[in-house]
Amino acid sequence: MHPIFLTIMKRLGLSVLTLFIVSVIIFSTVEFLPGDFGQAILGQAALPDTVAAFRRELGLDLPLHVRYFDWMGGVLTGDLGTSFSGRGTQGLDNSRPVIDLIAPRLSNTLFLASFTALIAIPLSLFLGITTALYRNSIYDRTVNTITLTTISFPEFFVAYLLVLIFASFYKVFPSLANISPDMPLGELIYRSALPALTLTLVIVAHMMRMTRAAIINLLANPYIEMAEFKGLSRVRIILHHALPNAWAPIVNVIAMNLAYLVVGVVIVEVVFVYPGIGQLMIDAVTARDIPVIQGCVMFFAVTYILLNLFADIISIITNPRLLHPR
Amino acid sequence: MMSTDNRSTAAEVSQIKARRSLMENMLRGLRQAPPTALFGMAVIFLYLMIAIFAPLIAPYGESEVFPDAYAPWGEKFLLGTDQLGRDIHTRLIYGARNTIGIAIATTVLSFLIGGSLGLLAAINHSGWLDQLLSRIVDAIMAIPSLVFALMLLAVFGTNAFNLIIIIAVIDATRVFRLTRAVALNIVVMDYVEVAKLRGEKMGWIMRKEILPNITPPLVAEFGLRFCFVFLTIAGLSFLGVGIQPPTADWGSMVRENAGLIQFAEYDITAALTPLLPACAIALLAVAVNFVVDWFLHKTSGLRDEQ
Repeated sequence: MHPIFLTIMKRLGLSVLTLFIVSVIIFSTVEFLPGDFGQAILGQAALPDTVAAFRRELGLDLPLHVRYFDWMGGVLTGDLGTSFSGRGTQGLDNSRPVIDLIAPRLSNTLFLASFTALIAIPLSLFLGITTALYRNSIYDRTVNTITLTTISFPEFFVAYLLVLIFASFYKVFPSLANISPDMPLGELIYRSALPALTLTLVIVAHMMRMTRAAIINLLANPYIEMAEFKGLSRVRIILHHALPNAWAPIVNVIAMNLAYLVVGVVIVEVVFVYPGIGQLMIDAVTARDIPVIQGCVMFFAVTYILLNLFADIISIITNPRLLHPR
Repeated sequence: MMSTDNRSTAAEVSQIKARRSLMENMLRGLRQAPPTALFGMAVIFLYLMIAIFAPLIAPYGESEVFPDAYAPWGEKFLLGTDQLGRDIHTRLIYGARNTIGIAIATTVLSFLIGGSLGLLAAINHSGWLDQLLSRIVDAIMAIPSLVFALMLLAVFGTNAFNLIIIIAVIDATRVFRLTRAVALNIVVMDYVEVAKLRGEKMGWIMRKEILPNITPPLVAEFGLRFCFVFLTIAGLSFLGVGIQPPTADWGSMVRENAGLIQFAEYDITAALTPLLPACAIALLAVAVNFVVDWFLHKTSGLRDEQ
């Protein structure tokens, strides 16, 4: 069997194992909820019968491992349980399945994340490569100081700064990104411009710095010196000699930042009232709607693990030396 | 850098920081520090002073409510009042104390947990304890930290105490990774082996043999982790699940006054009000990053000017 295929299968197995442990953690944290679960959710006014029925419905009378496999089976078949909210104390039940709450918002969040990635990745690669090329020049120093500064800005600071400038002063973009799936693409892009711009500013700094560091690291190698002695131009050395070997760390950083992007949307979505999964999660946390929280966390964790797996595979393909660890 | 090459070894050895007191060394270090690092240190010092002497500087009480809500900037209220009529200037000053205090407590706790477990794991390299701890840390790190913190806060309830414990435990995983990695390089040294053969106790080896050798990376990491914790807590407070009112806190202040931004064209000062606490957060984070950047540069001996 091809060694690359074998390694990928090994990584895949490891990711499934991690996912299993993560799901156990997510599921079992609810066990730590202080006090009686049913009473806490339904409120003090709930009748004992209602509480008992609620507990039976959640399966709280069953042992932990039975409930875990029940829940996991549901997750695998796309059934994440039923939201707690909308459950009346008088026996009325207006609650909705978690999957119905998550699914429409999922596409919104993924739209925002990919929109941002499309701007941020080329921009940071360009900045990273050019600063490495002209390192210690005024251009490099300026970009470095600016990125070190923006790296430490909280997302909401960047977001509100952009709102102040582009929505309040100059009414270029709307300050609220209330999108809906039936809008044309142009409208979608126009409305989500500010959230995407915020996220771009936040992640470009990190990606650009890592790209620059990866390339500069390689410049200390003897084969780069050799290329210099041959009289090659700096541009050619960086693009043809350093960059191919820098792909592995760069792809890793990109994957890491994409993973961050999916999480970073939480705050940005709240600022711009963007109807995404982050907003849903915050609402669920405030209402202590555990099934919705579990569903959202599962989604975030799966994305995170998948992106890391993807980064691993890319770095193995671009750097065959990783196939034979030590 | 180049000039050291043509000096004799003896001259080089003699000029190594021979008998200088700690104070002299610090002053020397300060004089060589780049302007960004000096700026960072000045800002950190200023913030600490404000945090410590908050009651003396602040014109009013922390949660003192005045009848005029959303008062404009002026004589009586330097930076206006918030939605309940509390003085923004006062709350900014008290916010320094609460936000920074909680962030420092969390970082210290996470270093105590992560650092000691990381050292134990390094000494017990590939033993059962190391395996167990490393697998647990791997699993926790596979869940994005902000999301995990949100879930735990929903389960345990949102208050300052829970906030500190939860963020410290999640952050301790990163400290654990770093401590274990740097300590592994020291554990294999001969002098650690000698200490073990001498029959020294585990605690002694950890404190006297390993810890002094891994201090520089840990100090730099402390700065970076503080920044991260500080921003996480600010973010959570901004989302409304962190530090709870009436405690003055920068993150929640941004949230409470965010609506004022829309009035930029009528009154620019009003629109700037919600940005002030956000700016206070950003400035401290930038300052710490500048200092850590310089410290890392200094201790690692890394020079990227070839």
